[in-house]
This record gives sequence, C-alpha cells and structure tokens, in this order.
Amino acid sequence: MEEQKETIIKVRNLSKSFGGVKALNNISFDLPKGEVLGVIGPNGSGKTTLVNTITGFVKPESGEVFFKNIKLTGLPPYKIADLGVARTFQVVRPFLSLRSFKNLIVPLWSPRARRFAGGRGGDRDAVAIDLLEEVGFERDAYVPYKFASALPLGYLKRLELARCLALRPEVIICDEVFSGLSMSEIASMVPLIERLQRRGVTIIMIEHRLRELFSVADKVIVLNFGEKLAEGKPDQVMQDEKVIRAYLGEEINL
Amino acid sequence: MEREERRKERLDRGIKARTEGLYAIASWREITYLLAPRASLIIGLLILPLVLPGLYWQRVLALAGVYALLALSFDFLAHRVGLVCIGGAFMMGIGGYISGGLNYYFGLPIALTIPIATLAGALICTLLWLPCLPLRGVYFAIITFMFPHLATSIIIAGGLLGSTEGLSPIKGFPNIWVGIYLILGLVLLTIFGLRRLCGEDIGVVFAGIKDNDQAVLASGVNITRVKIYALYIATLIGCFAGAFVAHFSGFVGVSLFALDFSVMPIAACIMGGPGTLAGPALGALILAPLSELLRGFGQLRVVLYCVILVVFILFKPEGLLSWVSRRYHQIERWVKV
Repeated sequence: MEEQKETIIKVRNLSKSFGGVKALNNISFDLPKGEVLGVIGPNGSGKTTLVNTITGFVKPESGEVFFKNIKLTGLPPYKIADLGVARTFQVVRPFLSLRSFKNLIVPLWSPRARRFAGGRGGDRDAVAIDLLEEVGFERDAYVPYKFASALPLGYLKRLELARCLALRPEVIICDEVFSGLSMSEIASMVPLIERLQRRGVTIIMIEHRLRELFSVADKVIVLNFGEKLAEGKPDQVMQDEKVIRAYLGEEINL
Repeated sequence: MEREERRKERLDRGIKARTEGLYAIASWREITYLLAPRASLIIGLLILPLVLPGLYWQRVLALAGVYALLALSFDFLAHRVGLVCIGGAFMMGIGGYISGGLNYYFGLPIALTIPIATLAGALICTLLWLPCLPLRGVYFAIITFMFPHLATSIIIAGGLLGSTEGLSPIKGFPNIWVGIYLILGLVLLTIFGLRRLCGEDIGVVFAGIKDNDQAVLASGVNITRVKIYALYIATLIGCFAGAFVAHFSGFVGVSLFALDFSVMPIAACIMGGPGTLAGPALGALILAPLSELLRGFGQLRVVLYCVILVVFILFKPEGLLSWVSRRYHQIERWVKV
C-alpha cells in the first residue's frame, strides 16, 4: 500500500448500471495533481456517467471517489463543486435568458468564489467579463454582452469552461468540450487547455477528438461498455489490441 | 430639385442601443419619452382612489391591490425563479389569521399585527413548503395548491380559530384612505423592490435556477437554499396581503383560503404579461374590478375569466404590458432627409 502523496483524484471500484445496462463496471484509477487525463471510448461506453458519478450528479451503486482524501461519493453536486472539482456539460447548459457575462455571476456568487474574492466579492460583472475574455470572448466585439441565447455553439462550449474557471477549481472535468466544433474553433481552444495545465490545474478530458486530446493528455483511459479496457500513455494505449478491436471491430477471416 | 424628401423614423431611434434593453439617454426629451408612460401609470394609480365614485369602488380598488400583490408574488416566483407556486390563498390565510388572531385575542394594534403577520406568516409558509422544494414545475404547483384546502379542513374540522364563524370584529384602519394608500403604496414598492432584487447578483442566480438548475448546482451553489430565500420573499408579499385584508374587512374566516386568491393571480399574470412584474399587477388591477362589474352574472364570471385567458394565451401570449410597450416603441414620426 504505497501512498502517492500528490494523487488528487482517486477512483475506486466505481459501478453504476441503468436498468440492465452496466454503464460503469468496477472502474478504478488514480490521477496525480497537475496531470491531464484523457478518457476515450465509443459512444455509450460510460464516459459521461463517469463524470456524473465523480461530480455527484449520479449516485454510484458501489465504489468511491476521493479528492485529496475527502470522500466525494454521497456529497451533493454543489458541495463537490465547492471543494474545487468543477465540470462542464456535454450538452451545454447555459442560462439562456441572461447575457453571457451574467451567466458567470452564478458561479461567482457561489460560496467558493466569494471565499477567493474575499469580503463582499466586489464587482462581479468586471470579473465575469475578464474571465470571458480569457476564454476567447472578444470584448471589443461586445460578445460578453450578448445574450447566451444568441451565441453559437463554439462560444457556449467556452462559456461552460468559463463557468468552471470562475470557481477557481483544482480539478476541471471537461465533458467533450471539442465536440461539435469546427477545426479552427478546436485549434483556438487547445491553447486554453494548455494554459490551464501550466497553471497546475488537474484536468480530466472526455473526448472523441483523439488528435487534439493526445496533444495535451499525459495519460489516457479507454472505456468500453463500462469496462476499463486500457490505461497508459497515449501512444501506448493506441497500440493496445483490445482498444483497436473496440474502435475498429475484429478482423474477420472469410 | 426643391422637392423635400421625408421618411419615417422611430421615436426611440436615437436612444435605443443595438443591444436589447440598454438605453443611451442624451436629452430631457429622451428621458421624457421613456419616463412618461411609466410615470403616467404610477400617478394614475395614485390619483385613482380620489376620482372613484363612492366607497364601494374604493373598496374594490383596495381588493384589486391585494390581487396585484398576489400576482406579483406569483410572477416573481414563477417567471424569475422558476417555482410555480399557486398557493396564494394559503399565504393570504396564514397572514390573515395571524394578524387577525393577534388583534382579536391579544388586542395588539395594527402597527404591530401586520408586520408580525407578514414576517411570521412568511416563515410558516416557507417552512411548510420547504420539504416540497426539490419538486419542480407542476408538482410543486399541485402541492402548494393543496395547502389552502388542507388549512380550511383543519380549521373547520378542528373547530379552531372560530371555525366556520371566523374571528370578528378585527380592528379596522382609521379610515379608508389609510387602507387604500397602504395597499397601493405596497404594490408600487413591491414592483420596484422586486425589479431591483432581480437585477442584483442574487436575482441573477434566481434566473439561473429558472433557466437551468443543474448548471447552478455545477456552479457550486446550493439551489435549495436560494429557493428558500426566493420563497420567503414571495410569501412575505402574500402574507402582507392577507394581513391587510383581515384588517380592511374587519373579519377573518376560512374565506381567506378561497380558491380565487390562488387562481386569479395566474389569470392576471397571463393577461398582464408573464415575467414583467408590472404587467401582472396591471392585470390584477383590471381583472378584479371587471369581476365586480360582472357580479350580476354569478357563476358565469368564471366562464368570462376562461374566455379572457384563452384569448390572451392564443392571441397575445406576451401579455398586455409587453404588447403596449412594444407598440409604444414602434411609434414613428416623419423626418426630413
């Protein structure tokens, strides 16, 4: 039982099924602080369920998740976010009736953000606009002032990320932030992820875009039908027989 | 070429910035353009009691003010926080019974009973509805709708608080003007107070809960706690309305739990303009006197309500206030080119 000092997220024997479908089957992994973990797998392999169980949106049937030795399993989602584990949603969840920068008032109003801001929190609007500029909302084009309902998907994905950043998280879990974006939009988002990585934020990325993922990921986990197929460095994983089979199917000899 | 070219231009052309709802005001003329309709509504409301013929219509106006408060409470919860609460009658009853009871049993003056009933009544309503807060949409509505019926049954079956007879007499206001201007003042105060609240950061969080409560959870905010704040604010308004009616009518009875107090605010809200705050108040101030005018029709009044509701939902779903204000901003004038 060696104790890794810097492990920030520890997942132990996580299982969850919906009816007869095993969405997660006995998943375990460790994530050292400051690393980027990629989670890949075909559709329906349990990636989003993994995010939901870590962040408290879904209760697992068995198994536990630890964040710096604090047990996350059983805590409500807002407490997990309050501890510093933020997430984005695969299907974006903006506050459509609000202007973009007002979307960030909600996380900035949260107890965690207020602890960082100190005192009464100051001018949250200004902080929100700065955050949006950081994720690529052009202030000069008044994009932060647009209603969220008027934003294209690329900006909504950034808005999801900005909502996480407003909480000053130690761990960010990105659930397919690249999906549905054009090549140029993805290309402009990769530096953002790298910047977070340099800042020491631990990142879990669920992704289908393997090339972009492998350019930033330190380690990759492959899921298939709720099982962990493989774990390791990106290039190792892609050589794995089982992974190739899961993605491309088996060779058939006629 | 001496021909003069003219074209039409909107009055608000100079002041309405491209982003919705933001104004760039540069002159008194523009300020007047924006302020005049708002000011005329407010001043009109304040001089209305003075021009009304006789005590009867003044009492009707006060009752309309009560409905306006309930409509504001409903509109705030439903369209600014996303909690559909149709327990207006319950707030009325709790506020009324506390205020009336304090006066009837302990002889407390109005200056004490109304504030106590407002604060304590809202606390009771919030605590009783607290377990239902995780429910969303129509389920929360059903539960809150059930409470006034429950309270009526308990009071009648248990023979409590004067049972079917009610409590009377309750001390009234010194004169009708105090009553009328108290309620109308509170209506205006509530409109502006709620508008201000919704513009504050906590109001933005309320809107967030309405739009997407999961995203609010992911933002590290305890949504149940925020909903409790909102519910307390809304029930404060409803309980004040109840306490007011107790003293205004000099009587407290199970009629305070009447269905009308739960349902009419919804009709007023749909008619006036959902989510506009001032709209539902306006709707109540139209619907309540209308309902008095149609008193002769007896139960047919309900049919008329339904017709009004259907007409507005089908043809003017944005509501009266939004429609009028949109038309106002579309007024054009001829200008030389």
